[in-house]
Amino acid sequence: MKLTGAQIFIECLKREGVKTVFALPGGVVLKIFDTLHQQKDIEIILTRHEQGAGHMAEGYAKATGKAGVCLVTSGPGMTNVITALADAYMDSVPLVCFSGQVPTSLIGNDAFQEADNIGLSRPCTKYNFLVKDVNDLAATIKEAFYIATTGRPGPVLVDIPKDVSMAEAEFSYPNSVSIRGYNPTYEGNKWQIKQAAEAIAKARKPILYVGGGVVFSGASQELLELAEMTQIPVDMTLMGLGAFPGEHPLSLGMMGMHGTYEANMAVHYSDLVIAVGSRFDDRVTGKVSEFCPHAKVIHIDIDPTSIRKNIHVDIPIVGDCKAVLRELNQILRATVNGEQKELRKPWWDQIQAWRQAHPLTYQQEKDGPIKPQQVVKRLYELTKDRDPIVSTDVGQHQMWAAQYFKLAKPNRWLTSGGLGTMGFGFPAAMGAQAAFRNRLVLCIAGDGSIQMNMQEMATAVVSKLPVKIIILNNRFHGMVRQWQDLFYNGRYASSDLENTPDFVKLAEAYGAVGLRANTMADLDGVLKKAIETEGPVIVDVPTYRFENCYPMIPAGGCNHEMLLEDPPELKQKQAGGKNVTPEDKDTVLTA
Amino acid sequence: MEHIISVTVENKFGVLSRVAGLFSGRGFNIESLSVAPTLDPSMSQMTIVTSGDERIIEQIVKQLNKLIDVIKVVDLNETEFVSRETAIIKVHTKDADRAEALRIVDIFRANVIDSTPGTYTIEVSGDPKKIGAIINLLQPLGIKELVRTGRVAVAREPVRPVSVQTKKVARE
Repeated sequence: MKLTGAQIFIECLKREGVKTVFALPGGVVLKIFDTLHQQKDIEIILTRHEQGAGHMAEGYAKATGKAGVCLVTSGPGMTNVITALADAYMDSVPLVCFSGQVPTSLIGNDAFQEADNIGLSRPCTKYNFLVKDVNDLAATIKEAFYIATTGRPGPVLVDIPKDVSMAEAEFSYPNSVSIRGYNPTYEGNKWQIKQAAEAIAKARKPILYVGGGVVFSGASQELLELAEMTQIPVDMTLMGLGAFPGEHPLSLGMMGMHGTYEANMAVHYSDLVIAVGSRFDDRVTGKVSEFCPHAKVIHIDIDPTSIRKNIHVDIPIVGDCKAVLRELNQILRATVNGEQKELRKPWWDQIQAWRQAHPLTYQQEKDGPIKPQQVVKRLYELTKDRDPIVSTDVGQHQMWAAQYFKLAKPNRWLTSGGLGTMGFGFPAAMGAQAAFRNRLVLCIAGDGSIQMNMQEMATAVVSKLPVKIIILNNRFHGMVRQWQDLFYNGRYASSDLENTPDFVKLAEAYGAVGLRANTMADLDGVLKKAIETEGPVIVDVPTYRFENCYPMIPAGGCNHEMLLEDPPELKQKQAGGKNVTPEDKDTVLTA
Repeated sequence: MEHIISVTVENKFGVLSRVAGLFSGRGFNIESLSVAPTLDPSMSQMTIVTSGDERIIEQIVKQLNKLIDVIKVVDLNETEFVSRETAIIKVHTKDADRAEALRIVDIFRANVIDSTPGTYTIEVSGDPKKIGAIINLLQPLGIKELVRTGRVAVAREPVRPVSVQTKKVARE
């Protein structure tokens, strides 16, 4: 029996186990939407903007580990989803995006809503396809899912012209895929792994530096075994949070620009850096020439291009984190004994000393303005038993969330790392909620970021995605203001938002619940109420406007040269300057 | 340092732009690039002349390998290779110069492939130095147009690990 292209599309998605598609219709994809409308197996979540659809698919993928799927129309639909594709490409998120295209006969004619979807998406996808013949559609979709989810995961675009979705063909779905130019390496080189095991056994001051690759490869268990067996401290990157339990005694927390003091000191003074599924991003290394100057480097990554891109590596191992760590553990189990613990005692003493010298800190006065860190800390304490999924936007609030929300398990942390996309958090949280309807999903946002995809509140209400948004509201683009305070003489060029919408009323306007915590006394009650509320909630928390995020390694600085608090002249300015806090708070309340 | 990289790719639309986009997006140099189908019509062969230090060349090779349409990448500098480039040069020839032009063509074993009363069109193949040399000699006559193919290259024998290679050279 012959099926239309649109029917073939749906059959393929079913075969791939897709349950949810984040989508927004338009002229050239109407046939597909019409066909989707007449079936029950796949749920359509209608977003209000294509960027939202892309980020939701990302959130879905990060929380489930499966490919997220979005469907957009040609032209503006495609250009709108580009940000999400670029974000997914940077953070290696498995994503399959389907875009409509004008009929094949019109391609290249500057037709209505035509865009060169392949050309536009080429630099920000792992691969992309233009399907010119309906007979190729099924095999193409199979390849798209295969490429998106294997090797180093990433976004794949499939561009479907209108006539292809209307035309008919015999449907047969291939069982397997073979692409001669694409054969990811999963098993690491055994000799290299042996070298690594020897280096680990000998090292006096080793450190594990783990990234998002551990999460996607599902290697948390293997990582835990390795760290506990060898008593090696664990540094996590922003993307790696959750890969190792945040409250584990071996965890030093996040490293990098706003990482903990002990995490950054440890990597700087270590004699062996074991990088697992991480890529030596500039936000982690700081000044490359002085990154871990005393250390040998082992680098385990599935993507050969990540190895020796930024940093010289002594023992490169190309392979899947899970497979390589399993192999490594097997060798170490035979060789590791109590001696390592003795050997590394001075190292641990040193780390404890760093921990005690400069723990994460902030000053919260009981009747003073609410500090943003306090909000994250209380949110963590109130929700940790419910194993929540946490998403963030990008900026100061993201760093505070990374510092104070100590995740116990992987796939709970949705954040935009590589591209740093403001507006990511809320739709990503909704994507995760669509996958896990009964879980608690929190979105920690800034007042700047949340306004970048606020329109999706309508989606959350209509599609019943009860995400709890907590806005740390300082009426600034806070991270920009922090840099301006530190490096631009305190000139707040376009960082002061002056006024933000009344988020409580805004939530109500969308049919959601809005709450506000004005004082420390309100905070716990409001957070609890938000968690207990059934539908989507916005919690607006006006915070101290001038709080800065520390520790901080200035861009291009060395990892052991962190700023730990506001420099004295900045403190003085904020204490005595005209931007005094109480009157600020009044403005928030009357806004 | 200059490297010649031989890349076997799928013969599909858009592959050239993927390769070119990789070079421009990551700030690598392309000095020349030539591409044509191979004996197997499903594949094309690219010869890319590029330059960079060891780390950059390693990245170029890895990044090319990462492209899904790329089937095989060989850095020809790791072995011995032969390379050729063809240039087609249209020169003005006044009566007095025509014999001189032919002498130059003869010396460089080039060919005259078209002729008008006022011009010769000369085809010459060789390594870049040879082509540079003939251009230098023809320039005083007046070069009207010049097109070059960019280099194509092939390994002198199947690419083997460097250690094997040295032994062989020593025996010769």
